[in-house]
Amino acid sequence: MATNLRNIVRIASVDRAAGIATVFRRERARVLATTIRATHGDFELAEEAVQDAFAAALARWPTEGTPDEPRGWLVAVARHKAIDAIRRRVKLRELVADEPALELAAPDEPVAVADDRLRLIYTCCHPALAIESQIALTLRTLGGLTTEEIARAFLTSPAAMAQRLVRAKSKIRDARIPYEVPEAAELPERTDAAMAVVYLIFNEGYAATSGDAWVRRDLCQEAIRLGRLVAELTVVPEAHGLVALMLLHDSRRDARTDGHGDVVLLEDQDRTRWDRAQIDEALALVPVALRGGAGRYGVQAAIAALHASAPRAADTDWPQIAALFDELLRHQPSPIVALNRAVAIAMARGPEAGLALLDELAGALADYHLWHAARADLLRRLGRQRDAEAAYRAALARVGSAPERRFLERRLAQLAQLIG
Amino acid sequence: MQYLLLIYVAEKAWATMSDDERNALYKDYRAFTSQIQDSGHWVGGNPLQPTHTATTVRVRDGKASTTDGPFAETREQLGGYYLVEAKDLDEATRLAARIPGARMGSIEVRPVMKVGP
Repeated sequence: MATNLRNIVRIASVDRAAGIATVFRRERARVLATTIRATHGDFELAEEAVQDAFAAALARWPTEGTPDEPRGWLVAVARHKAIDAIRRRVKLRELVADEPALELAAPDEPVAVADDRLRLIYTCCHPALAIESQIALTLRTLGGLTTEEIARAFLTSPAAMAQRLVRAKSKIRDARIPYEVPEAAELPERTDAAMAVVYLIFNEGYAATSGDAWVRRDLCQEAIRLGRLVAELTVVPEAHGLVALMLLHDSRRDARTDGHGDVVLLEDQDRTRWDRAQIDEALALVPVALRGGAGRYGVQAAIAALHASAPRAADTDWPQIAALFDELLRHQPSPIVALNRAVAIAMARGPEAGLALLDELAGALADYHLWHAARADLLRRLGRQRDAEAAYRAALARVGSAPERRFLERRLAQLAQLIG
Repeated sequence: MQYLLLIYVAEKAWATMSDDERNALYKDYRAFTSQIQDSGHWVGGNPLQPTHTATTVRVRDGKASTTDGPFAETREQLGGYYLVEAKDLDEATRLAARIPGARMGSIEVRPVMKVGP
């Protein structure tokens, strides 16, 4: 009997701890964002204070009950801890002298907390930080991934990743990168930079450039979550385009690889395995994105939407997609976009037209495996088996990820059978 | 907070300029300097003589050695600096972008470390 009661009490407290853990996960970024403002942009100090506040919650909430405003409680305690730490730091005495006398709300009183995550986005994605640091810092602070998880995602050691994060945080502090939403004149460019970070995170998850797993779902999920946050906080139409684009790509995740983790091309995918709910959500966002004048993400989302709307590969509206690629090339005149446009034109007007466009890109893309793979595919369709074989070999010599390598090897083997 | 704005420009570009071009640049520099003096950002600043006048000094094992030339041979050379007061890095980089040399070379923005009394 007594044992049963103890078990019940134990289970109840485990449940409560799980509940608290959920609150932490949900609130961490906002609590941290506000605490960083209290520490005058000192990320390191704010992170420690937030950690301490969570520890205090874990100690007090199970007996005192969860406060009505858990976020306000956490922010108040974290602020308190941070200011204590500042006072203890002799070398930061000056900073405290500037601090107005603190009227700290008692932690149990509800506190209204402004949303500081927008400052956090712009500071993490500040152009004075290296792009790798922007990505790592965004994942660590806004995404709430652990240093170990980020290290694993980018195939580096936890020690190297921790070092990168420490350096980024000390640059923010020592060079005084402002913890602010940028001025209006700089806002469009800085928002583009933030969206670029989110999309880089997504792409690393969507088509890992190296390693055995081609798709890293957790990174895709995290990028979509961050994209939603940027869209919600910045109110930039293009951010909705970014979210729609990521949702559409990610909706195909289950169909993009087969049981062995091998690549399945768009045209060969089982479309019943696409995530319909996610596609529907994205299709509703595309017009919102295009309302602000189509930007690069909005146009790409529109292209992905056309793929998602085709019941079978044969139903794809290639002329429309080719036209959208013309538009995209105007926004983003890069050889990679030109490569995709050439493929779309091959589908709309035949392989010959596509191949001519591809060959114009030889100078820029001769080292890119997908350029060789695209050429190989068009040569194969034109019946030029020997040339196709050579192009597949050139692609193989440059490919990074194992599943893509296996795909190219399969194609090469099929060709070899054809040639006999 | 103080920032040192280091102006790196290829000396060759400077040497191959016409007199008119050089005078126009001097004028831009004078205008920029008086603007940031008026706005209260200016703390100090000077152009430097070209690197052929530079001497590098090292002390190793208590022994000083002196060599001709700058510390490192680079494509662009340190040609001058401004010391400015700015509220944060964004303000400092905005000032840096207005330095005439930024159009032809690069400006390195370095926060000045505060040392106790």
